[in-house]
Amino acid sequence: MRFSVNTQIAITHIVSRRKQTLVAALGVTVGITAFVFLNSLVLGFNRFFDNTVFKSMPHLRIFHDDEVSQPLLDPATHVVVNPRILNKGKNLINPDAVLKAVQSHSQVVAAVQWVTVNLFYTSGKSQVAGQGCGADIIQVDKMFDIRSTVVAGDMQNLKRMPNGVLLGSGVAEKLNLQVNDNITVISSLGVSKSMKIAGIFRTGNSITDKTRCYMNLSAAQTLLREGNAYVTDIYVKIKDVDHIERYDADFESLTGYTAENWKEANETYVAGAKTRAIMMRAISAAILLVAAFGIYNILNMTIMQKLNDIAILKAQGFSGKDVIKIFVTEALLMGLVGTIMGLLLATFLIRLMSRVYIGGDIGYFPIGFEPVVFVLGAIVGLLVTVGAGYIPARNAAKVDPVEIFRR
Amino acid sequence: MSELVLRTEAIGKYFYEPVKFRVLDDISFEVNKGEFLTMVGKSGCGKSTLLYLLSTMDTDYDGRLFIDNELVTGQSEKKLARIRNEKIGFVFQFHYLLPEFTSLKNVMLPALKLGKYSPEEIEHRAAEKLRLLDLHDIMNKPASKLSGGQQQRVAIARALINDPLIIMGDEPTGNLDSKNTAIVFDIFKMLTTEHQQTIIAVTHDNDFAKSSDRTIELQDGRLLSHKKVWGEV
Ligand SMILES: Nc1ncnc2c1ncn2[C@@H]1O[C@H](COP(=O)(O)OP(=O)(O)OP(=O)(O)O)[C@@H](O)[C@H]1O
Ligand SMILES: [Mg+2]
Repeated sequence: MRFSVNTQIAITHIVSRRKQTLVAALGVTVGITAFVFLNSLVLGFNRFFDNTVFKSMPHLRIFHDDEVSQPLLDPATHVVVNPRILNKGKNLINPDAVLKAVQSHSQVVAAVQWVTVNLFYTSGKSQVAGQGCGADIIQVDKMFDIRSTVVAGDMQNLKRMPNGVLLGSGVAEKLNLQVNDNITVISSLGVSKSMKIAGIFRTGNSITDKTRCYMNLSAAQTLLREGNAYVTDIYVKIKDVDHIERYDADFESLTGYTAENWKEANETYVAGAKTRAIMMRAISAAILLVAAFGIYNILNMTIMQKLNDIAILKAQGFSGKDVIKIFVTEALLMGLVGTIMGLLLATFLIRLMSRVYIGGDIGYFPIGFEPVVFVLGAIVGLLVTVGAGYIPARNAAKVDPVEIFRR
Repeated sequence: MSELVLRTEAIGKYFYEPVKFRVLDDISFEVNKGEFLTMVGKSGCGKSTLLYLLSTMDTDYDGRLFIDNELVTGQSEKKLARIRNEKIGFVFQFHYLLPEFTSLKNVMLPALKLGKYSPEEIEHRAAEKLRLLDLHDIMNKPASKLSGGQQQRVAIARALINDPLIIMGDEPTGNLDSKNTAIVFDIFKMLTTEHQQTIIAVTHDNDFAKSSDRTIELQDGRLLSHKKVWGEV
């Protein structure tokens, strides 16, 4: 491979001042390491959230929201009104048609009719409060990947057992229950039902594991003293999770009911995640800025020391553009060395951190090798160095050789 | 009729510091192809200033400059750089080489920039120019490790590398002993006679001036005489 004259000159400059090059490159290394590490952390947290939280919470929930009474009089007349929540019932009317309407949307991956029932698990004298989820387990599996969380028994059994129940591991441990044991559940309406454990699951989210169980829709309806057309929610999984708010209106007009996405349902978490992402980006940007200053400084210094050389090159017929190319190439070379070292260091740090055990629901530190962040880091590193190098290079291009020679 | 390679039309220049003064005034002269021209004058009379102007590096002047029958005055920076690269070889008064590069590489750089020959050919030609100036031994020495005289000779070799139309020198033999001055003089003479290249050299060396084809004399920024043709005396 043969380099252009300008590149050859840049390489010679870089090689003959190794120490300064290394200092500038180290600045970039630190910047890129921070950038890649912090952004991987943000992505790792998000992924962790997706993996654990979306094992028990839907992307989107369609339900019959409370309605507030409206005055019967013409709104123009001033009267004292006393608005109340209407007691119309919370079920969806004609749930099969609503489900069909939801499924017609192109974003939908899975949708399932859902009934939640508050209940107590009882075994002997002990009682544990919890929630029963009545739904078609095959569809729920598509949504929450239940299969992968089942630690004992078999999810499929639930289909065959009208009185079957898939129990959270926390509940099972508390009540000391195994697969195929019987359990009595008592709903908040006082209906008691004897059920058989088809399987036990563990999602990693302790609240879910300590409270939830899955059962057939009909079982939940019985516990609520309702008929087989009683459905309160449709849970939906869609493709574009991150921009879910774009589709709320679609589903509301499709079904005529309220659609609530996971971001609305978890405003605190979303705000926290946003703050965290902004903070990490700000920190990595600040560190990168310092690295850029390092490159800028060292290049400026180099140019100050090389005024004579620049004048000679210009007298020889090198144009201002050539001079810019030479010094931007130098910045780029420093940036390249720094970026490569930064990516290596970040890989090492991520490896190290991903082996740190935190415990609780999180387990190991939620950070992993994110190719997108590495590619982005490389691009950002090179862009920043070229940007930082361009300013002093442009000044070098303006050097007037005659002024230098007269000295 | 000989061909013109350089012509100035009433060139003048001001310096503004510390006070405004006219360092060059009404300089008009012509240089023929293949001519060995020397420029003399007292220290501070404006020789270097004029040479920078002729070399196209200084563009802040009035009047007009033609090189190779082309108006140079007012051309773009890029065009001027190209003219310097292709048509002018310059030997400086004090500043010579790029310290991190070897003598050979220093000589090669303007040719690599021009890109007329392959790098192998350029290396070969550069080595030849160095041999011409008796510098073959120090070819691979970094420029920063050379003596003043050696540096000046490498600079002369570099000025020759692109076979320029005009070679301009600001006291090109100022750092040389009499033996090397003689060598450089002979090379200049050979270039003008055999290759029809043109030399414009500022000198304080009277013998050097007297042996050239023609000498122009500057005094306080004005042309005192440009008809001093030594051959006819
Ligand atoms: N940048 C400048 N600003 C103001 N005056 C200058 C500047 N450079 C040179 N001069 C003045 O211009 C005049 C001509 O300078 P120049 O360098 O051309 O002289 P010279 O003939 O080459 O002298 P020497 O033989 O000593 O090299 C001098 O009086 C000098 O002091
Ligand atoms: Mg001078």
